[in-house]
Amino acid sequence: MSILIQVAYLISSILFILGIKKLGKTKSAREGNVYSAVGMLIAIAATLYTVNILSFVEIFVCILIGGAIGLYVSKKVEMTKIPEMVALFNGFGGLASFAVALSDYFLKTQAMETYPDSVNSISIIVSVLIGGVTFTGSMIAYLKLDGKISGSPITFKGQHPINLILLIAFIIAGVLAYLNPGNPVFMIALIVISLLLGVLTVIPIGGADMPVVISLLNSYSGMAACATGFILNNNVLIVAGSLVGASGIILTQIMCKAMNRSLTNVLLGGFGQTVSGPAADGPQIVVKEIGVEETAMLFDSASSVLVVPGYGMAVAQAQHVIRELMEQCEKRNIDFKFAIHPVAGRMPGHMNVLLAEANISYDKLIEMEAINDEFPNTDLVFVVGANDVVNPAARTNPQSPIFGMPILNADKAKTVIVSKRSMGKGYAGIENELFGYPNCLMLFGDAKQTITKVVSEMKEM
Amino acid sequence: MNADSLIILLYILVLASYLGFELITKVPPTLHTPLMSGSNAISGITIVGALIACNEMGYGTLSKWLGMLALILATINVVGGYAVTDRMLKMFKKK
Repeated sequence: MSILIQVAYLISSILFILGIKKLGKTKSAREGNVYSAVGMLIAIAATLYTVNILSFVEIFVCILIGGAIGLYVSKKVEMTKIPEMVALFNGFGGLASFAVALSDYFLKTQAMETYPDSVNSISIIVSVLIGGVTFTGSMIAYLKLDGKISGSPITFKGQHPINLILLIAFIIAGVLAYLNPGNPVFMIALIVISLLLGVLTVIPIGGADMPVVISLLNSYSGMAACATGFILNNNVLIVAGSLVGASGIILTQIMCKAMNRSLTNVLLGGFGQTVSGPAADGPQIVVKEIGVEETAMLFDSASSVLVVPGYGMAVAQAQHVIRELMEQCEKRNIDFKFAIHPVAGRMPGHMNVLLAEANISYDKLIEMEAINDEFPNTDLVFVVGANDVVNPAARTNPQSPIFGMPILNADKAKTVIVSKRSMGKGYAGIENELFGYPNCLMLFGDAKQTITKVVSEMKEM
Repeated sequence: MNADSLIILLYILVLASYLGFELITKVPPTLHTPLMSGSNAISGITIVGALIACNEMGYGTLSKWLGMLALILATINVVGGYAVTDRMLKMFKKK
């Protein structure tokens, strides 16, 4: 009997792996997701087989509640809010592993009055740490992304020493809990410290760095599941947990590289706070404005257009009207593509989802490395709601906080039009010298409204 | 747990992580958001641990309550994660 369950777990592990493999290609991605879901179903069915029938009522009720909430969220969530949802789900994953670890601890020490063996104890302690940090850290990330608390870094004196002391305290309490498994005081101390650490490590990180943070917390939620696998001596938990852990780490690295920041630098926090002073001394940027009609004419006479979308486009809900703009251009045989910076949007790949939702074919969305050489041969670049990712200071000004960050070479195009609400600064709070370049024109106003006008001008041409 | 089973678990951890790195490096940036919501769903594998924790063995209620909490949360991740990933992937079309 037990061997059948082990075989079932093996099959689910294979399905998870195949599912992720298929997720590597846009064509087979949906199928991959189904593979992975079937793997999960098999793992659940096999586990239910081992569970005492007496607990089926509770299990059924819990699955019903969780399933209903999950389904509701998945149907209702707006695509702009996916980062918030992922942050929340990371937190749930962390808390679930945390609860499973504690459940196992209390079952052994309180109810069965035995002691967990050493591997077991260590796994429980690790699971509590990762699970707890993932839970509260993700909740803070969620609140920041959702604007419920300020996105700017919250720093105070002695922040890093306090985190270090907490970590040392955790290790001491961990050793004590290991040596005295029967005493719940140490376990309670571990719980409190891990939850505190999650809050304190995420609050100093600014809103612009949230893509890194949610990728990292995604990885933690996998590692937490992994640690739970060690507690329960369960292979499928370890396989699935490691896949998620690896995925999160890779995405974290990609995001750091795209912002030219080290992970340590992101985690220490406080980025974007110190730039206001010296930047004001620089020469005032003089911009040239452009109106709706002229914009329409420029589009009409171009033979190639590249759009650089940023999160501002999604906030203005302008993606659908940009598709109309694309249709107008394609009618005129204008080559129309999108240049996607890796940190466009609020999480890895977010911009692609937002544009896919607006029914824009994914082969029009080109990654930074593939498109950057095309800018000099492009007639018109249209920057919508993006700022820092086209700031030439990243290439030219060693004093700039974003110096060295890979950017889209929008400034090299023949003409650049920037659709912007006002002359406000980008997420990083830095002046953008592109706006003062001779080939750059500013189209001020709400992106959705102005582009709608441009489209109707073009329809009349 | 004896040393032998620990070693086997460590083998699984190392090999699965390595495989994960190899596979996920190949996922194109276009699909990174569905990859993340899909991994949310996969990290819901804790549901297996939660089911075991819910198991009625005539022992303490605290561990059972914790198991039930874990079960609700893991189910949210599994169901919500797969459903939202499917919803996103459905939108990716080539014309």
